[in-house]
Amino acid sequence: MRKNLLAAAATLLLAGGLTSSAIAAEKLKVGFIYLGPVGDLGWTYQHELARQAVVKEFGDKIETTFLENVPEGPDAERAVEQLVRAGNTLIFTTSFGYMDPTLKVAKKYPNVHFEHCSGYKRDKNMATYSARWYQGRYIQGEIAAKMSKAGVLGYIGSFPIPEVVSGINATMIGAQTVNPNIKVKIIWVNSWFDPGKEADAAKALLDQGADIIMQHTDSPAAMQIASERGKFAFGQDSEMIKFGPKAQLTSILDTWAPYYIERVKAQLDGSWKSADTWGGLETKMFEMAPYTNMPDDVKKLAEDTQAAIAAGKLHPFKCPVVGQDGKEVECKGGDHLDDGQILSMNFYVKGIDDKLPGK
Amino acid sequence: MQLILEKRAERSKTVALVSPLIAIGLTIVTMTILFMVLGKNPISALYVYFIVPLTDGYSLQEIAVKATPLVMIAIGLSLCYLANAWNIGAEGQFLMGAVAGSWIAVKTQGTEAGHWVLPAMLLLGAVAGALYALIPAICKVRFGASEILTSLMLVYVADLLLDYLVRGPWRDPQGFNFPTTAEFDPVATVPTLIEGGRLHLGSILALIVVAAGAVLLGKTIKGFEIRVVGAAPRAARFGGFNANQLILLTFAISGALAGLAGIIEVAGPVGHLQPGISPGYGFTAIIVAFLGRLNPIGILIAGLFLALTFIGGEQAQITMKIPLDVTKVFQGILLFYVLACDSLILYRFRIVSSSPQVARGAH
Repeated sequence: MRKNLLAAAATLLLAGGLTSSAIAAEKLKVGFIYLGPVGDLGWTYQHELARQAVVKEFGDKIETTFLENVPEGPDAERAVEQLVRAGNTLIFTTSFGYMDPTLKVAKKYPNVHFEHCSGYKRDKNMATYSARWYQGRYIQGEIAAKMSKAGVLGYIGSFPIPEVVSGINATMIGAQTVNPNIKVKIIWVNSWFDPGKEADAAKALLDQGADIIMQHTDSPAAMQIASERGKFAFGQDSEMIKFGPKAQLTSILDTWAPYYIERVKAQLDGSWKSADTWGGLETKMFEMAPYTNMPDDVKKLAEDTQAAIAAGKLHPFKCPVVGQDGKEVECKGGDHLDDGQILSMNFYVKGIDDKLPGK
Repeated sequence: MQLILEKRAERSKTVALVSPLIAIGLTIVTMTILFMVLGKNPISALYVYFIVPLTDGYSLQEIAVKATPLVMIAIGLSLCYLANAWNIGAEGQFLMGAVAGSWIAVKTQGTEAGHWVLPAMLLLGAVAGALYALIPAICKVRFGASEILTSLMLVYVADLLLDYLVRGPWRDPQGFNFPTTAEFDPVATVPTLIEGGRLHLGSILALIVVAAGAVLLGKTIKGFEIRVVGAAPRAARFGGFNANQLILLTFAISGALAGLAGIIEVAGPVGHLQPGISPGYGFTAIIVAFLGRLNPIGILIAGLFLALTFIGGEQAQITMKIPLDVTKVFQGILLFYVLACDSLILYRFRIVSSSPQVARGAH
């Protein structure tokens, strides 16, 4: 009798274990690797907002997990693999430096799908995605040239990689359509997120005569400095208006949610395929924050430009693009530079009175 | 009644052995309270932190991989610290070793170079680390410059040099201008030990370094000199030991080990040179050296233990959604208690009865 009871109990336990694991197997597990803390108010925060949107959209059908503050070094591969081993079958790795680690893990686990943000290496189970932020930079260039009294823009760069360089060039080309003699001063802080350095850079740029601050770094520090000094600035990654209610002109908003939802949906219905997605204003891969603190005519100009870019009528890198050396850049994309040229951009356009680091 | 801290006549051997255990015990109690405040089950949280990573081969390998550079660097640092030479710049020596070794890998890329490549890289990495560490050591011996400051400042120099190289001359031509070298060729890669895992030859080297450190300190006259110069400089001078020479020697050894760790990390788990190859190994190793009480075996244990908290912290993030900050708090609390308990080796608590009035007043 006692034996039977035990056996029954064991069967029950076993059955219980089975059903719970069966439910767990049905539930799609989605993992995220973040570069910064979720509260960085910039890059990582926007990915976290998108994750929350995914959770809201799919509810109980999925379970999400994130690892934050993962350095882009030897630890990254382990972090990705830990997510795989915990049963995540769709994993978003949200910074460029995770490219090789993600690829290594992807080769090891062919049945798990990976989504890598802003890289260029792909595999049949590893897709990439990024946004054409240079489109937004072009609009910002126009606004900046309209709003600057001194005719000098201050630009805080993170690292001189193509994404940032193409952003500076797009800004300059946009600004030159308004004021052909516009000047830009650039300071590299060699970091994506370092509020102290970013604030120092903003102060130095303002001291050097710039009256508009643009940034390709992730914290709101520069916005706060511009706000204190009564100057204008553009936000980055996320809405930064609360750090400069009278200073923010607009901000490039990383809106990953639609893409993440689409990819999770594809994973759920089994239609996920590796792809290279480089979306812009036309697919809302990023958006512009409301145009604020500017006269109506400038706002109208910005809105018109935005509409033209979204409709494909205007390309920020339309030919001829003239380099610093005065020579025209080869026009590989018909009437504009092609994606390869933009993705590997390592030259400044004419009018930038500075030298690209490492050149 | 009153509790006072009283200096012991001599170091207590028993407490020296028990104090790490008291520290871990106090850490566990504190973390239990913290987990309860966070609304997590403390038993399962501690289980995820300490036990789960030890239960499967994959996590054990990862612990070894994480501990390898920490242990290797910390052994070198312990020699310095025992000799009263304060090398704070292991991070820079690590990067310098990585850069120098990578030079061979980059220059032989895509050529027919044979199996001499990896040994040459390791050797050059160690030599470069040693030479880089000798800069502050020579400044100290020759000019009396504080080695703490100079070795620390040289970290940033090494960091910027690496940065320059991967953005400029060594940049992967197929890499869209991103700051990284191309992946190293197979002959320039540290071989892994287990198929499909990340455990690599470097972990074996780290064990050899631990053994060599133990022999050096325990069985050789040099080791004795190092300890005497640190513990009793006057006695060392009477004994005719050359303190300056020992500063140079210990700096060179610790630089070489840090450099070796650097090139192993680049040619092993990372596979190419890029900025950010070290999540602060050179600084974390200082903690490891002191947690291990500047003793080679102690350092091995401390390195593995710290690695365990990293891996466990990640698993806690994944399975229990415990934020990363809690892992950092946890490591901080552990270090705090270890240092606090260490004072018990030199001091002891004594309860003395205070004046009768106060005693009466209390009732």
